[in-house]
Amino acid sequence: MDISVEIGKIKLKNPVMTASGTFGYGEEYAGFIDINELGALVVKGLSLLPKEGNPPPRIVETPAGMLNAIGLQNIGIDKFLKEKLPYLRQFNTPVIVNFFGDSIEEYVKAAGRLSSADGIHGLEMNISCPNKEAGWSVFGTDPQVTYRVVSSVRKATDLTLIVKLSPNVTDIALMANTAEDAGADAVSLINTLTGMAIDIRTRRPKLANIRGGLSGPAIKPVAVRMVWECYKKISIPIIGMGGIISADDAVEFMLAGASAVAIGTGNFINPGVTMDVLSGIKSFMSAEKLNSLKELIGRVEC
Amino acid sequence: MAKNHFLLTAHPLNTMPSPDPGQFFMLSVDSRLDPLLKRPFSLHRLVLGDLQFLYRVVGKATNILKDKKAGDIMELIGPLGNGFPVNEIEEKKPVLIAGGMGIAPLVALAEKFTERQPVFFYGARNAEEILCLNELESIGITPVISTDDGTSGRKGFVTDIVEEFLYHHPSSSFDYALYSCGPKPMLETLSGIAMKYKIKAYMALEESMACGIGACLGCVIKTVDGYKRVCKEGPVFLSEEIIW
Ligand SMILES: Cc1cc2nc3c(=O)[nH]c(=O)nc-3n(C[C@H](O)[C@H](O)[C@H](O)COP(=O)(O)OP(=O)(O)OC[C@H]3O[C@@H](n4cnc5c(N)ncnc54)[C@H](O)[C@@H]3O)c2cc1C
Ligand SMILES: Cc1cc2nc3c(=O)[nH]c(=O)nc-3n(C[C@H](O)[C@H](O)[C@H](O)COP(=O)(O)O)c2cc1C
Ligand code: FES
Repeated sequence: MDISVEIGKIKLKNPVMTASGTFGYGEEYAGFIDINELGALVVKGLSLLPKEGNPPPRIVETPAGMLNAIGLQNIGIDKFLKEKLPYLRQFNTPVIVNFFGDSIEEYVKAAGRLSSADGIHGLEMNISCPNKEAGWSVFGTDPQVTYRVVSSVRKATDLTLIVKLSPNVTDIALMANTAEDAGADAVSLINTLTGMAIDIRTRRPKLANIRGGLSGPAIKPVAVRMVWECYKKISIPIIGMGGIISADDAVEFMLAGASAVAIGTGNFINPGVTMDVLSGIKSFMSAEKLNSLKELIGRVEC
Repeated sequence: MAKNHFLLTAHPLNTMPSPDPGQFFMLSVDSRLDPLLKRPFSLHRLVLGDLQFLYRVVGKATNILKDKKAGDIMELIGPLGNGFPVNEIEEKKPVLIAGGMGIAPLVALAEKFTERQPVFFYGARNAEEILCLNELESIGITPVISTDDGTSGRKGFVTDIVEEFLYHHPSSSFDYALYSCGPKPMLETLSGIAMKYKIKAYMALEESMACGIGACLGCVIKTVDGYKRVCKEGPVFLSEEIIW
């Protein structure tokens, strides 16, 4: 049975990845799973300079999901390269670094800095963050800005470039198309959906930041729909995510068009979920007598 | 047990490191999607290798938990985080201060301290919510009690009584060490008292958690060195580190 997939220049031994921001820098989960068994590991989003993040409370549970407003807290690229990357190099699992900036210049510098390091196999650009140069509107909601930032980063790196799409748009396929035209090797989707929760007794928002990003099983149908819409419009691979907690969920994303899947919130519910999903995909394939993931990817019959 | 308060005894099916007082476990009450996330509970006591948790029913997960039957199997991860330091300051007199559910981890801590004859202060809303007196008595501790409504012990805040005690039993700054768990406003007041009397104070803090293992950065509190994770660098912090 062949469960390997290719995302740009990266060869994944299996399609199960971790979603950025939910797996720390890997170490936190080493006691629960064998990191070598992951298809790829995606680390918490990094910026050129460390970022403090939002005040607490930062998370609140909602029905079958959670809102988070971490505020992109991170240790910064330099500290990551010095203190975290050496640990990750010991594994034979590709390391994909998620990164962001608040201007095109910052994205380009960050990509350049990460590309010169040894042990990073791919970059995932988070474009769901505010753009300093455009009145703090979100990069990933404007196709023109998206094109400019992705094509600029494309020139700054030879690594596999994945663009992580924001679902907070009216036409996600247009954004996927734009990323492809700008030179992306793959797209990943979805990032969290912007949401809000209010404590009805105190009449105050439950998150200090007021708004937060919704993730978990609650968003899965939205994510599956978006993967399917993108699959029809682009020819680069899709990494599907949003609410995956079982192998059945993962297969659903693949049928919609995902070549690989990433698991985020699921890790909080069950720190061994990635391994459960992986073995579940294998059993599904043998039960269905499938020899390759190609027989699943995009094979929804509508 | 008092209304809405329950004791859960868990017999671990796998081996695990022996937990320290102040450490916690992430407990999943069942496999349904709502509640979705595991919930943190402090070690209340370790009894012949079994873990005991003391909890108050406040919402979704704790309501499910209270209806569990003997023999049910649940998933928990732990022990997690850093507990109270018990050996570092052996020459000091431990002063334990519990507020409300903050009693949960302080019983395990008091057990570690029995030989040093800790002073124990315990504040709650009312007499009904004063728990664990028998457990404390069995290790020779009679807590000084206060309640908000005066139905048990002194009427008023536990922090006032702690301050009175320190005022009337002055000592060099090396003599006492405070160990506390309770609502945030209580810990904040206590932190001020500790500063005034130049005493080290260790406090177990709470923040909403998603992963419990340091991966999501959801549970942070503000400290003099920036945000720190309650689940990883905590839940026990030195009061002087915290920016309230
Ligand atoms: C490190 C740590 C150790 C803890 N140890 C204990 C313990 O030993 N015993 C115990 O009873 N509880 C303990 N708690 C609190 C416990 O985790 C919460 O009470 C529990 O998660 C509530 O879950 P729920 O689904 O029943 O409530 P939910 O449905 O999630 O919430 C119901 C209501 O309770 C409030 N609430 C939720 N969490 C807390 C909280 N942490 N503090 C105050 N109010 C809250 C919510 O705002 C909401 O209004 C601990 C928390 C932490 C972080
Ligand atoms: C606590 C938390 C932190 C996250 N941090 C990031 C991040 O730094 N960069 C990013 O691109 N996505 C981040 N995400 C989004 C996830 O990677 C993922 O796209 C989203 O949560 C949907 O997947 P899920 O439902 O499996 O969690 C974060 C999500 C959560 C819950
Ligand atoms: S709960 Fe996730 S970092 Fe503490």
